[in-house]
Amino acid sequence: MNDMSNKWIGARTIRPDGADKVTGRATYSADNTMPGMIWGKVLRSPHAHAVIRSIDTSKAEALPGVKAVVTAKDFVDFPIDKSVMLGIQDMRWMARNILAKEKALFHGHPVAAVAAISEEVAAEACKLIEVDYEVLPHVIEIEDAIKPDAPILHDWVRHEGKPSNIAGTMVLKAGDIEKGFAEADIVVERTFTTRPVHQGYIEPHACTVSHAADGRVTIWSSSQGQFMVRAMTSLLTGIPQSNIRAIPAEIGGGFGAKTIVYLEPVAVMLSKKSGRPVKIVMTRDEVQRATGPAPGSLMTVKIGAKKDGTLVAAQGTFYLQAGGLPGSPLRGPVGCSFAAYAIPNVLSTGYDVVSNRSKVAAYRAPGAPHGAFATESVLDEIAEKLGLDPLDMRVRNSAKPGDKAIYGATFGDVTFVETMDAIRKHPHYKAPLDKNPRPGVKRGRGVASGFWYNAGGESSVQVNITEDGNVVVTTGHPDVGGSRASIANVVAELMGIDHSRVNVIIGDTQTIGFSNLTGGSRVTFASAMVATASCEKVVGQLKERAAKIWKIDAEAVKWEDGMALPAGDNAGKFPPLSLKELAAKANEMGGPIGAQVQLNTTGADPGYATHCVDVEVDVDLGIIRVLRYTAAQDVGRALHPSYVEGQIQGGVVQGIGWALSEEYLYDKQGRVDNASFLDYRMPVCSDVPMIEAVVVEIPNSKHPQGVRGVGEAPIVPPLAAIANAVHDALGKRFYALPMSPPKVTARMDEA
Amino acid sequence: MSKMHVTTTINGEPVEFLADVSSTLLDALRGSLGLTGTKEGCGTGDCGACSVTVDGRLMCSCLMLAVEAEGKSIGTIEGMAQGDHLHPLQQKFLEMAALQCGICTPGVLISARALLEKNPDPTEEEVRFGLAGNLCRCTGYDKIVRAVLETAADMRESAR
Repeated sequence: MNDMSNKWIGARTIRPDGADKVTGRATYSADNTMPGMIWGKVLRSPHAHAVIRSIDTSKAEALPGVKAVVTAKDFVDFPIDKSVMLGIQDMRWMARNILAKEKALFHGHPVAAVAAISEEVAAEACKLIEVDYEVLPHVIEIEDAIKPDAPILHDWVRHEGKPSNIAGTMVLKAGDIEKGFAEADIVVERTFTTRPVHQGYIEPHACTVSHAADGRVTIWSSSQGQFMVRAMTSLLTGIPQSNIRAIPAEIGGGFGAKTIVYLEPVAVMLSKKSGRPVKIVMTRDEVQRATGPAPGSLMTVKIGAKKDGTLVAAQGTFYLQAGGLPGSPLRGPVGCSFAAYAIPNVLSTGYDVVSNRSKVAAYRAPGAPHGAFATESVLDEIAEKLGLDPLDMRVRNSAKPGDKAIYGATFGDVTFVETMDAIRKHPHYKAPLDKNPRPGVKRGRGVASGFWYNAGGESSVQVNITEDGNVVVTTGHPDVGGSRASIANVVAELMGIDHSRVNVIIGDTQTIGFSNLTGGSRVTFASAMVATASCEKVVGQLKERAAKIWKIDAEAVKWEDGMALPAGDNAGKFPPLSLKELAAKANEMGGPIGAQVQLNTTGADPGYATHCVDVEVDVDLGIIRVLRYTAAQDVGRALHPSYVEGQIQGGVVQGIGWALSEEYLYDKQGRVDNASFLDYRMPVCSDVPMIEAVVVEIPNSKHPQGVRGVGEAPIVPPLAAIANAVHDALGKRFYALPMSPPKVTARMDEA
Repeated sequence: MSKMHVTTTINGEPVEFLADVSSTLLDALRGSLGLTGTKEGCGTGDCGACSVTVDGRLMCSCLMLAVEAEGKSIGTIEGMAQGDHLHPLQQKFLEMAALQCGICTPGVLISARALLEKNPDPTEEEVRFGLAGNLCRCTGYDKIVRAVLETAADMRESAR
């Protein structure tokens, strides 16, 4: 199956959903309408932290045109003392995030929602809702939230027996770090901070929902998992899953943040109360203020090494922002930061810190870029102090297949060294760089690596042979960046037919079996695995049909180039039977041809990336520009190379934004001060160069095509790689992100 | 709120509609006119997802009132292909995988067409600045820039 000379696997085919997307016909979540539809609007807290004493909706309900008003009281109660988990999400916090209950925990926290005959009337009604708030002191930053006298968000949170904003702790250890540091010839310890960054998808959250008179619900929304939408909506509203049909609209970017719901349960209850279909669309301001972002962090990393560069001990302490409710991605920095290195003594600790900002959501390799920024910066400093090449030092310490990872797993056929070698041997790494090209300008080069777990998990697929002998594949996974194209390649290959004869669509919750989220770099891995199993079943059926027609054993039939053939001379002489011919005879020979496969997939080995970047710093203006970027990653097998490269290039540019320009700003009242794309500065086309993706293909032996997950690892190294390049240019190391012009000039002024 | 009657041309076809005086051209396109190919990413003119042409000039339709379309000729993504015949930019974006989620794609295509109409032989830097008003969060812009440059070269070749 790992034959690299395949016809369709590895081909740059045109995606099945492409023509609709370049002509404006693809339907995204805000593009749907329903007969009799009305509009929902969410009332949001004007305070960063306040007790909600009471909510009076009577005036809003009396406004002409208003059809329904809901508050947290209309939803299933999730008492604080009883956890209800759906995957990694705790419904106690999800319920309180979609509509505040006891307290408003951040500026923009939903408090109530209205459905009315127009968006204008709904907005007017929101103003008539009277909320009696008891305003409390607020706290935004980690450093302030962990002080002994900090305002406490939740009286039920205890840390070391005392009221605290530290809502959770995660510890991983190996060996004895004290012994390890005692053996070290050099120890470097540094403290780092990163700012919260938004996932920045261009499509705001939106949904259209119908709650019919018989209690059946239909939801059109974009998400990274229609089954997640169904399950969370069911839990939060009490409506059984069998009565909720969640239809996945095309998704306009998610990057992890659309793995939870914000609007769907609210719209369902508005629709139930009003008896009308309800549509809600967030504004960009609402998206920036009240969804995502990825957490900010405060991290201390200490690493000890021998003179020859052998790492002997590492300690990491990672504080991550959770937002107003618990749940930051601690396993990112705690588990990934040191995972790829064989360090005998490690202590890695994470703290989940609540503060008065929006609840964080997953963002591409959640938490791993933070940890890599700290760890890979310290490694760079150690290599520099020891006079070693930074990649040689990493290779010397690299974990190998069979090593036990700090997070418990035993590594399969990991390819950390091969990935680093792809950069070590790349012309970019050895290319001359003029470090002083002109007065006032400095240039530098940096490298860094990054690790992500990757994942398998539940996936369902249906492969049907149409009556005219073509193929329709239904998967259960929303396609965020080309997964339909990849699956079309796999199915065309396995069925031995032209790519144009395969159509891949995404089923809704009531038409395809359970499929877990599009996230964790898992979808291409998992869906190719179930598609392969399904194609094998279908080919088996086709061979049986041919055998029946020829009156020979099914084992005596082979499938080649889309045709059944006698397996050898002993099988007899028969003209080949094509897929079209067999499909035409399907009913008389046993009925429709097709197979559904549902699996909990396993065997996803980790993702690993090594990046090399050249930067140019204008020392007077503090502007850092990326001049050249090369990103290597072992993807196992690129089913569709263009979309593999695209994942890498997109992840890198998000990392560039994180490193250089993106951050949340808050005013003194605890309100987001830059809730727009003008002031929240994501990279634009003229900010970045071409991104060279070096696609390493060492097949994963546990996957039928050799696939490894791709999407997340590319965002892990850029923060450190760019900081290391800036250090190479200026001789100054940045321990805080973003390295934006004001911060760079302030740092230059220090000297 | 009283509505105003607007007579305009969209993708070469005469169109009449009623608009609130405060509503944007984007609201009208996506709302009563049903042209949802034009996307709303921000509503403040920062992302370019709502790009259209107005008498040939590139505009963010979220920054223009619907009533300002009176007497103008509006071009949206729905009018970019001629029937089943895709515009060379649309075809090249498909061939070169210059889109991932696709939400920014209509705006990027409208911007790129406007750029190539003004400058049929742009440098990479000119393409990058020409598309600097169109945010894309998925692709890192690499394949978009390459697709525009390659389309420009093809169009110059076929015009010779």
